[in-house]
Amino acid sequence: MNLGRTNKYLGGLLIAFFLLSALLGWLWTPYDPLALDLRARLAPPGAGHWLGTDEYGRDVMSRLMAAARTSVTISALTVGFAVTFGIVLGSVAGYARGWVDRLVMLFTDTLLAFPSILLALALLSILGANIWGVILALGLAYMPTVTRVVRGAVMSLREQEFIEASRLMGHPVGYTLRAHVIPNCLAPVIVIATSMFGSVLLTESALSFLGLGVPPPAPTWGNMLAGARPYMAQAHWLGIFPGLCIALTLLGINLFGDYVRDRFDPRMKGL
Amino acid sequence: MSEESELLRVEGLELGLAGRPEAGIVKGASFLIRPGEMVGLVGESGSGKTMLGRAIIGLQPGAIERRGGAILYRDRELSQLSAREMRRLRGQEISIVFQEPMTSLNPSMTIGDQLDEPLRSHSDMAAPERRARILEMMTRVGIPAPENRLKDYPHEFSGGMRQRIMLASAMLLRPKLLIADEPTTALDALVQREVLELMVEMTRENGTALILISHDLPMVARYCERVMVMRQGELVEQGPTADILTAPAHEYTRKLLAAMPERGPLRSFDDQEVPLLEVRDLCVDYVSRGGLLSRSRRKRALDGVSLSVRRGEVVAVVGASGSGKTTLGRAIAHLIAPSGGEILFRGTPVTPRGKGWMDFRLNCQMIFQDPYGSLDPRFTIRRALSEALYHRQDIAPAEKDARIRRAITEVGLEEIHLDRLPHEMSGGQRQRVAIARAIISEPDFVIADEAVSALDVTVRAQVLDLLADLQQRHGFSCLFISHDLGVVEQLADRVIVMRDGGIVEEGPRNRIFDAPESDYTRALLSAIPTLKRTVTGVELSWRFDAPEAGA
Repeated sequence: MNLGRTNKYLGGLLIAFFLLSALLGWLWTPYDPLALDLRARLAPPGAGHWLGTDEYGRDVMSRLMAAARTSVTISALTVGFAVTFGIVLGSVAGYARGWVDRLVMLFTDTLLAFPSILLALALLSILGANIWGVILALGLAYMPTVTRVVRGAVMSLREQEFIEASRLMGHPVGYTLRAHVIPNCLAPVIVIATSMFGSVLLTESALSFLGLGVPPPAPTWGNMLAGARPYMAQAHWLGIFPGLCIALTLLGINLFGDYVRDRFDPRMKGL
Repeated sequence: MSEESELLRVEGLELGLAGRPEAGIVKGASFLIRPGEMVGLVGESGSGKTMLGRAIIGLQPGAIERRGGAILYRDRELSQLSAREMRRLRGQEISIVFQEPMTSLNPSMTIGDQLDEPLRSHSDMAAPERRARILEMMTRVGIPAPENRLKDYPHEFSGGMRQRIMLASAMLLRPKLLIADEPTTALDALVQREVLELMVEMTRENGTALILISHDLPMVARYCERVMVMRQGELVEQGPTADILTAPAHEYTRKLLAAMPERGPLRSFDDQEVPLLEVRDLCVDYVSRGGLLSRSRRKRALDGVSLSVRRGEVVAVVGASGSGKTTLGRAIAHLIAPSGGEILFRGTPVTPRGKGWMDFRLNCQMIFQDPYGSLDPRFTIRRALSEALYHRQDIAPAEKDARIRRAITEVGLEEIHLDRLPHEMSGGQRQRVAIARAIISEPDFVIADEAVSALDVTVRAQVLDLLADLQQRHGFSCLFISHDLGVVEQLADRVIVMRDGGIVEEGPRNRIFDAPESDYTRALLSAIPTLKRTVTGVELSWRFDAPEAGA
């Protein structure tokens, strides 16, 4: 139990650290993350450049900070997209049932049949690699999970007597959904959204690594990692630091996600 | 000598929550069970009766610890027995039957194997001998053609049958003591009686002592020679059944007896007037959608039911579970779509979203059974009540607020409760809120679906009185759906008896209760006592048959 509490704080601390870096990276970075400095190519970490420079002499720390901003924004917007549309589709399907449900679930199951990265790849090759394309592609890839969970929650909720009481009061369906159904199925959605954040971050990095994410020269952790590959032997710091950023953020989110799950899952209460 | 005169002696038993010294669950319970005796243990939920019963065979949950006192079975303290002796004791000497027949049998094991288990581990009988014993026992508990059913799984039996099987497995080794914890609470009144009578007969045949744990005092009184009354962990009173009923010593026992429903006054209604609600040939089908290879199936839940409710009248619908009474209520409220028939409100047919729909919607409210499920857990009581006035544009906001405050005091709560959330209130309080929500818009028609069934006996009596009082004051008509005929007798003006989706019998309350025409109604009625209040207590008698032991 004590370990659980430590985990929660460690997770929160890691998340806070990267959020602050992202925020700072938006306002100020030690160097211009895009500025080339060919005299200082592949400089190792030291006094001038704390985390070293890359093959064009760009400051790695500045690029990591700028990338944090891009990654956090993309992840947040993607999760927001997936959750919003997932809730709408899931609650309509679960409440209406019948052919509406079957149609929505056919769509959802089709999306779910593709691995999310493959789906994002396919969509990105159509939409073209830019930040909105990435958000739309990832959002569509992650939406089915939310839809399924919400639909399940709504289906059991709609049999509850307070939902029937709302119908008896003459409330229209939209009101009942908004006031009674959706707020009562948010707990599992919050839990999924937390863990989804980490997984989106990873997928986005993977896309960038494959060259299909945010187009260069804008830095992301994934494309920095990709750029580091040819220099692995001479300049290990190029790969290590973005890799660490991804790993630590994910760790933070997962630790914090456990806490969120314990907090919102009623079955965990009182344990 | 003690071998003859006492089987189990419990002295000053203390049980409490581990780690919380102040939280006592059983406080100083002392009693004695003699061989072959039938003793009732009566108490409301949370009184500690189940924990007391479980502690006798050392089955209390891990969070509950024994703090003091003695449990002596044939002069031997249970806590000093070895694990092996304890196992032997549990199997052969003391048996237990739990409330829930769905979960107390292993769903993935055949009945034959489950019945074989105790015999295999506690006796050295050979397989054919065990089989013969099991078949004999299954025949005894009334399972027809038992040799064909040994390979069946629990879900292939009805609730009553499962409880018979539980009883069979508990009695297979002819224990000296049987503890039955609410053995029939989950069953219908009729099945309940059959199973109980079987249990009483079998314990009598084998000379087994029985501790019958229940919340239902009349039921316990009917079968037990002695009764113990438990409240908040204390045994407040114990003694011969007849004494406890006619001359209760403790105030709580008197309260329990006073809570037993009594017939209300007779009221008369104008037959000429157009009924407020009329139902003609109402049918409801449940359709299970077929898969790729199976055809969709229909099950008729309601088969051509007609009834009418006059202004200000309370009409009760009674019947066993599966009789269609709940379906009837929900179909009238338009929560489910009927597949045939007509519903007329104030003489005009009701059609969803047609003319007069909103009038019907706002004037037909419902009180549900489950006080935990009928309120949105995220809404404060104030918000829940104001929501019920949402569509009443004719009422000014200030007036709505006054209405809410009036409604909450009318159901016996206070204004401070308005800002509470449902989980901060007790079951009885929630049910009061549910009633307030149903009547706040002053509807002409209220459907109460098992509105008091989930409540404890004393709370049930209060809520029932409240409902009767509000009905008198506001004059709404009420369709009162219940399986509990005692409650119906107190409240109803007219009674409709349902079975298998149709109406068996219908008539004024006094006629139905005093001179039922159908055998089914007669059987239903035989499950509830008629009571005569005496100066200090009550006398119980049962209709249509001679009373059993006790009263």
